[in-house]
Amino acid sequence: MAKIKIAQYWGAGCGGCDVAMLDIDEKILGVAEMADIAFWPIAVDTKLSEVEAMPDGYITATFYNGAVRNSENEHVAKLLRKKSALIVSFGSCACFGGIPGLANITNAKDILEYVYTKTFSSDQKNAAEKVYPQTLTHTKDGDIDLPVLYDTVLTLDQVIDVDYYMPGCPPTTNLINDFLGIVEKHVKEGAPLPPKGTVVASSKTLCDECKRKREVKSISELHLPFEIDIDPDKCMIEQGVICLGPATRAGCGAKCLNANQPCRGCMGPTAQVLDQGGSMLSALASVFKIGDKESQMNEEDILKIMSQVKDPLGTFYSYTLPKSIIKRVVKERGPKKKVEAKT
Amino acid sequence: MTTAHVHAKEAEPACEEEWEPKIVTFCCNWCSYAGADLAGVSRLQMPTNFLVVRTMCSARVDPEFVLRSFAKGADGVLVLGCHPADCHYIGGNYRTRRRIALLRMLLEQYGFDPERLRLEWVSASEGPKFQKTIKDFTEKIRELGPNPLKDESGAIEVRKSEYV
Repeated sequence: MAKIKIAQYWGAGCGGCDVAMLDIDEKILGVAEMADIAFWPIAVDTKLSEVEAMPDGYITATFYNGAVRNSENEHVAKLLRKKSALIVSFGSCACFGGIPGLANITNAKDILEYVYTKTFSSDQKNAAEKVYPQTLTHTKDGDIDLPVLYDTVLTLDQVIDVDYYMPGCPPTTNLINDFLGIVEKHVKEGAPLPPKGTVVASSKTLCDECKRKREVKSISELHLPFEIDIDPDKCMIEQGVICLGPATRAGCGAKCLNANQPCRGCMGPTAQVLDQGGSMLSALASVFKIGDKESQMNEEDILKIMSQVKDPLGTFYSYTLPKSIIKRVVKERGPKKKVEAKT
Repeated sequence: MTTAHVHAKEAEPACEEEWEPKIVTFCCNWCSYAGADLAGVSRLQMPTNFLVVRTMCSARVDPEFVLRSFAKGADGVLVLGCHPADCHYIGGNYRTRRRIALLRMLLEQYGFDPERLRLEWVSASEGPKFQKTIKDFTEKIRELGPNPLKDESGAIEVRKSEYV
């Protein structure tokens, strides 16, 4: 039996997904048995030029982790799409933008300015002259270029066509094993692959997997996890801790909740909704206790209650900002009397 | 307002001569929609920049509806429901009130002026209040200008980088 070819690449990510792939213990032997690694920058020394020389569709499956944030990420994503039969969007960053996606609250200019002039460690001489890395440098031996940093962090499927999604930060070993099992069956026995666009996870919400008991249906105030002693058997939200479970896809086995920490939503929205943050916002606003005095409350009282949520954008969209409905922060331009006709 | 079922049109091209605000108005079935109807049959004059979407309760207005309205080019979103203690479903409007408060905080973080989203109570007998709400809100949106997302014909230029 001919071995299949697999590849893994990292875009704007932390490398945790690469490690997660190695974390499947002895199952990795099964992978080595059925597959050759065609390209995996963190593990093997294949050059990009060698990938460019491969015939189209040569790689059976590519696991792309990390978001798309600069011209290099985009270039490699497009190259791997051409060279691969299957592309798996691997991990939260590739699927929804992930933590790097929070950069969508700012832009490339502000990020560079901060990093190169305002941090404690930035060279003060450079800070005064605003010395930034240039994307193109001319030397007498030729030009040297650096990738261009984009203003907006993109998800993998906003750049190329994606076949499967495997969310999680990083995807759990169970999910990876499940998927590799499917691929192995396909390779050895010719079993059909799941339909395109399949998300390798559950279709329900995390609350479905969570073992905690929910008895009281409403809460009166919010706490940060370190402020209270969290009861390991009671629902997090019931105890006043924001847990993204009601708006998050199941499949991770409620690992964080088993470790007595609230869910932060790395598995992304469920199949039924477009916007994880919107669902969570709706769910959280609903569980606040409705008292008899509610009809006498004015808008300010309500705002006071809701202001307990200190950072709605960062809390509800910690992993999914580039995949949300609005996608990035915008800027009001003020009144406009006439829109100029486009030429 | 018996002909309130105005179908949402595709976003018009940005080359129109004069910018006119586009407002999406969610009306609850039991109070505000009847209020809008009263304003219509009473022939109260008001700007025609709004589209009415009837929902069974103002609490049916998922935050997603509001975010999608903005993403599709609405300049303002108005959510109208029953007065406190008047909800057909007992507590729906209280939930709406909290969601809208939180949603306005979120919109502000997204860079929108939170005034682009407004919640008002309009009962079935308050035709004139519906008229006033529409008038005031249209005026407010005119002051704020076009939806910052829409200015670039609905899409944001994501590839450009300002520092190069």
